Amino acid sequence: MSQLSSRHLLGIKDITSDDIQLIFETADNFKEVLNRPIKKVPSLRDITIANIFFENSTRTKLSFELAEKRLSADVVNFSSSNSSVKKGETLIDTVNNILSMKVDMVVMRHSSPGAPHFLSRNIKANIVNAGDGTHEHPTQALLDAFSIREKLGDVAGKKVAIIGDILHSRVALSNIFCLQKLGAEVMVCGPVTLLPKHIDSLGVIVEHDVQCALAWCDVANILRIQLERQQIKYFPSLREYSLYYGVNKKMLDTLDKEIVIMHPGPINRGVELNSDVADSEHSIILHQVENGVAIRMAVLYLLAGVR
Amino acid sequence: MQKRLVLDQQQIAIILKRFCHQLIENHDNFDNTVFLGLQPRGPIVLDKIVGLIEEIAGQKVPFGYLDATFHRDDFRRRDLPLKANETKIEFLIEGKKVILIDDVLYKGRSVRAALDAMIAFGRPLKVELMVLVDRKYTRDYPIMPDYYGVKVNTLESQYVSVEWTKNGFDKDAIWITEKA
Repeated sequence: MSQLSSRHLLGIKDITSDDIQLIFETADNFKEVLNRPIKKVPSLRDITIANIFFENSTRTKLSFELAEKRLSADVVNFSSSNSSVKKGETLIDTVNNILSMKVDMVVMRHSSPGAPHFLSRNIKANIVNAGDGTHEHPTQALLDAFSIREKLGDVAGKKVAIIGDILHSRVALSNIFCLQKLGAEVMVCGPVTLLPKHIDSLGVIVEHDVQCALAWCDVANILRIQLERQQIKYFPSLREYSLYYGVNKKMLDTLDKEIVIMHPGPINRGVELNSDVADSEHSIILHQVENGVAIRMAVLYLLAGVR
Repeated sequence: MQKRLVLDQQQIAIILKRFCHQLIENHDNFDNTVFLGLQPRGPIVLDKIVGLIEEIAGQKVPFGYLDATFHRDDFRRRDLPLKANETKIEFLIEGKKVILIDDVLYKGRSVRAALDAMIAFGRPLKVELMVLVDRKYTRDYPIMPDYYGVKVNTLESQYVSVEWTKNGFDKDAIWITEKA
């Protein structure tokens, strides 16, 4: 198989495990390209990509932009903070206006779950979801699983604990879909208030004790507390959260095995993750960032190749 | 399906040895020469050449595999996109003489893409092209081999298939077959 089953990457839920494997194999090749003296290939030189970000982003936006430039695509950037969205323009009007300037692909981040799905039904361009509200963040899940595969050889059969604010996390949902499609066992761990009510219906193990989660897993993916999405108080204080759910080196030292520590960023040091772990040899956080460019190159290349 | 034998195992072996002697003649002790096999089928020829040079001249030569998929000019123009292969080049080619090796030279488009892909690893001093089979009168680009095993006349409706014992065939052989 040499092409994806879909014209868009809206979520991991919509793609197959064969698609994920193809993305990984293509990303392997792009990772090699990124280690060359000249890190650019001409594949997408006749493609124009619009990065439309209705929500703030540092890593994802930079990573997509770099991936697009490494593939020789023409890139236009749009962020809602300095646009006509503030003047009351609708999403479809904004995007149609951008598309009338002959844009072939749209990479979009939006605070509303389902926004990229809505777009995919209404416009012709290929859509890549770069995060839609609390729903999905497919490229993050792909690069997380790719980083696990790189570190441990395979994802199948591995035990992965996702720890932290699961309720507000699009990374958690995409990770659960992706890891399960690749044959990993998934556990979610966090305070009762930060776990969605019916999360166990996704076939994940639910745990509330972080030390038990660390003892169970091969990989711990630690998520940020998303204060910007929290309308009410889910826990008494950050200090208390950190005491109960913060991961530090002392906890890892009590384990009888080495586990891999991941974090999608941005890290709140001293809250969900201590510096002595984030900067330790257990952590593959910076590898995740590096792999992000290769994964996004693979996704854009494969989607552009679907006629 | 109609099949016509172009080269048998013995003829291929003779050609590969001739290639090695020509290379030894042109490149002395290979101290500034590197070998690149063009994916996906060039590396098999390359491995044989590299092995034979070591056997004949007692010389180990630097070699790598080059994939030009991301540099092709038919992306989004094919029905199905091509799947990329591994590029494995652990040296820079800046100032080196490069021997680019493939099995069959047809339209010249793969070689054009390979030349493009290659310069990501530096500016070579010189590039030479070596192919087992040169399909005559089929070129889309002005590309000629410096070393060729055999030149053949073929039609658009035919393709040249190269069989290696390494890939599970009984004998090494090169055939011209009609496309299905």
